[in-house]
Amino acid sequence: MSSSRASRRASAAARHRLLPGGRLAGPMPWIIAIMMFLTVLSAAAGLALGAAVQAMSADLAGRASVQVVEADAAVRDQLAARTLQALRQASEVRAATPVDPAALADQLRPWLGEDAASADLPVPALIDVTLTPGVAQAKVDRLRRLLGTLSPSLRIEPHAAFLLPLAGLLTALGWLAVGVVVLMTVATGAVVVLAARAAHDSHRGTIDVLHLMGSTDVQIARLFQWRIGLDALLGGVLGFAFAVATLLVIGLRLDATGSDLLGAVALDGTGWALLALLPVAGVLLAVLTARWTVLRALGRAL
Amino acid sequence: MTRHQSDMTAIVQFENVGLRYGLDSETLSDVSFSLAAGGFYFLTGASGAGKTSLLKLLYLAQRPSRGVIRLFGEDVVTLPRTRLPGFRRRIGVVFQDFRLVPHLSAYDNIALPLRVAGMEEKEIDAPVAEMLSWVGLGDRGQARPATLSGGEQQRVAIARAVIGRPEILVADEPTGNVDADMARRLLTLFEALNRLGTTIVVATHDLPLMSQVTGAQMMRLDKGRLADPTGSLRYPARSRQAE
Repeated sequence: MSSSRASRRASAAARHRLLPGGRLAGPMPWIIAIMMFLTVLSAAAGLALGAAVQAMSADLAGRASVQVVEADAAVRDQLAARTLQALRQASEVRAATPVDPAALADQLRPWLGEDAASADLPVPALIDVTLTPGVAQAKVDRLRRLLGTLSPSLRIEPHAAFLLPLAGLLTALGWLAVGVVVLMTVATGAVVVLAARAAHDSHRGTIDVLHLMGSTDVQIARLFQWRIGLDALLGGVLGFAFAVATLLVIGLRLDATGSDLLGAVALDGTGWALLALLPVAGVLLAVLTARWTVLRALGRAL
Repeated sequence: MTRHQSDMTAIVQFENVGLRYGLDSETLSDVSFSLAAGGFYFLTGASGAGKTSLLKLLYLAQRPSRGVIRLFGEDVVTLPRTRLPGFRRRIGVVFQDFRLVPHLSAYDNIALPLRVAGMEEKEIDAPVAEMLSWVGLGDRGQARPATLSGGEQQRVAIARAVIGRPEILVADEPTGNVDADMARRLLTLFEALNRLGTTIVVATHDLPLMSQVTGAQMMRLDKGRLADPTGSLRYPARSRQAE
């Protein structure tokens, strides 16, 4: 067992000697490292933004706010109570909770100053509504009709509508990141093609000798694909490590903002696992591209 | 009279072979001959007569522009290129310019055909060491070609060509860079291989060398055409039977 392993190791060493060139000696591993770094960052952005949009949609899709727009405070309180009761009885509503006027005043204070808490300022009463599962828009429409029968001063706004433009922006950015990943993949493939062609050209003498001794195209292509695969592995690991370090720093910065919205832009376990697959995919891409390129080049010779 | 008269099988057959590079006139024209398995053949002719081109056709580095070439009984002109490696492994070649892989040691250069044939690494050491010692380079195994003299490089090239025990050995001017003593030793090696059944084809200008091999036949190329002074090359089996 150990002797066959030693023999395999000796065969691998002999293969390496056939195509000289130390690891990290040429530009190829470094270019792959840069490509991998950018690819991982783009993929991470795509995954995190996608997750944020999903979380936002899940969080907001089933929620709405009912505003009681009434200048007279007494009438407003009375109407708010009746509305709350009606909402809690509606089949579309899972929960209805009045927003504490003090909390509302706190939220308005940055814009309205201390007047936000004044009774003279006609601030609408708000009721947070959580809808039962199902198509939110249809339920909101039914509730709008219900509220219309209670008073024309009642308005219902689904939360999703507020953040629709933002979700659209995040989705677009996510797709942009996916596009960048695709472009980086194509560019990596092109770099490997150029590297494989250059390696093939610079070792043409050795290849001719091997051919004339009876080497098959696949045997020769294997020499190149191993070498380029190793370069891609080194570059990929290097680029991945730098990208992960960068992502961790960005994550810490996002956390430091304390923003719920920015906090939603995060990677879960699946996201990290997908990112970890990128160097593996990079090596596979490099190996297969190198094999294809060299086989094509060899196919032109006798 | 060639050696191994009992083995009259034609291992190489050329029929009306022509070779043209690009739009130039034919380098080889209407070349027809057969080589018997186990024979020893010298190919001679002036510089530019087409010796190297003919050898290239023989070791499958080139396809002819026309004609038929049969090796080991199969037409190799129409053979798909995926089948060529199998044929090439049965042919050992000593190139005029040696074609040693410059970044490999003498040992690794000689081991190449065995590795190409997929031999296990542990089985390679003994034959390579034997071959190094056979060509008198037992202590130069780790030397790179650049550090070897012309003669030493040539011996490495010869060792590489014969280590796989080829059925045909093709050598292009194998004694061009060695002294008379070494030339004689190389010839002795070739004769030893020939006695083991390998068909030897040697391109050379060296007439005294040719005269040292009794029973060897000579092919002479003149301006791309085969001049067969004896006629015995064209139909060797029949001519021998007639002898």
